[in-house]
Amino acid sequence: MQLLQMLILCFVAIFGTAVVLTRDPRSQVIGLSFFGLVLACMFFIFQAPDVGLSQVVIGAVALPLMFMLTMARVRRNTEEHEARKRHEKKGKEAA
Amino acid sequence: MNPRFRRYFFLISVVAFFGVFAWGLHDLPPFGHYRGPYGDILNHVAVYERHATDVVTAVNFDYRGFDTLGEESILFMSVIGTSLLLRPQKKETDNNDGKADNSLQRDLDESERRRAPAASDAARVLTLALVGPLIVFGWYIVTHGQLTPGGGFQGGVILATPPLLVYLAGDLKTFKRITRQEWVEAIEGAGIFGFVLVGLLGLFVGGAFLQNLLPLGQTGSVISAGTVALLNIATGLAVSGGFVQLIYVFLEQTLEVKLRVQGGK
Repeated sequence: MQLLQMLILCFVAIFGTAVVLTRDPRSQVIGLSFFGLVLACMFFIFQAPDVGLSQVVIGAVALPLMFMLTMARVRRNTEEHEARKRHEKKGKEAA
Repeated sequence: MNPRFRRYFFLISVVAFFGVFAWGLHDLPPFGHYRGPYGDILNHVAVYERHATDVVTAVNFDYRGFDTLGEESILFMSVIGTSLLLRPQKKETDNNDGKADNSLQRDLDESERRRAPAASDAARVLTLALVGPLIVFGWYIVTHGQLTPGGGFQGGVILATPPLLVYLAGDLKTFKRITRQEWVEAIEGAGIFGFVLVGLLGLFVGGAFLQNLLPLGQTGSVISAGTVALLNIATGLAVSGGFVQLIYVFLEQTLEVKLRVQGGK
């Protein structure tokens, strides 16, 4: 195995683990984009440029859409929860 | 399941997994030693048989073109499924009509009032300047699938990004105006139909489904490899239509529903 191949495999392992260990969704999204970039480089180094190109386009177009929807949903739930709490508090004060 | 049982269960699973994993690794061929005969054969014959310099595309759109038709249909069906699942529902639009408890809705809107800031001039100029080059690049990837890495799928996704950039520079209204729903659906359907049509051509002349019956042309030129180029264009249309549709339903779900809840007051 060449040095470059070993290096890129180590990078994939490190970034993959880092993505899993990150808990904050926003940091996780940024970490995942780096992971996708490293993954594309790995495909390229292992002589699969077609797969690398697929990884790049999917990582650039499809993946952010999933995150956008998920994070919007999470935020809406949080906001609903907060609004409900504010509402209950107001009700108590009125009483 | 108590924590102690869970820990033992985890340890046993880990030991079992690594046992099977090591057993599987043991019989693998050493790194870089490829044992599949088909890959070597195809590497040798594909350029002569199909006049395509990118063997991956020759395999995807010719030797196993039927599989690619299946994959394209999977994408088609998942886009349809997503559109169906994420369609704006009555509950979401009529959230505050005739409901007794309007004050909760008002409290909710207080937190939802903040909007994303308008795109800066630099972002607008950059994204809009990228639209033209991206369309050219997408078509380049689609039409040069048989020569260089890439093909209908990758090019199709790239072709779906210009509307997304327009959305980033402007708003959803502009996005909707340049991607008319019926046109997007027509393009997606035309791609799938074109793929099947090229396949049926083989049957009409008495051969097999998806038989490569067009003249192969000169190796290395854009018009070469027979039906591979046509199938790439069909796939590019289907994938770009599908992805624009996906982008639309995702944006609508995250933005439109919220705006309607706001604007409904």
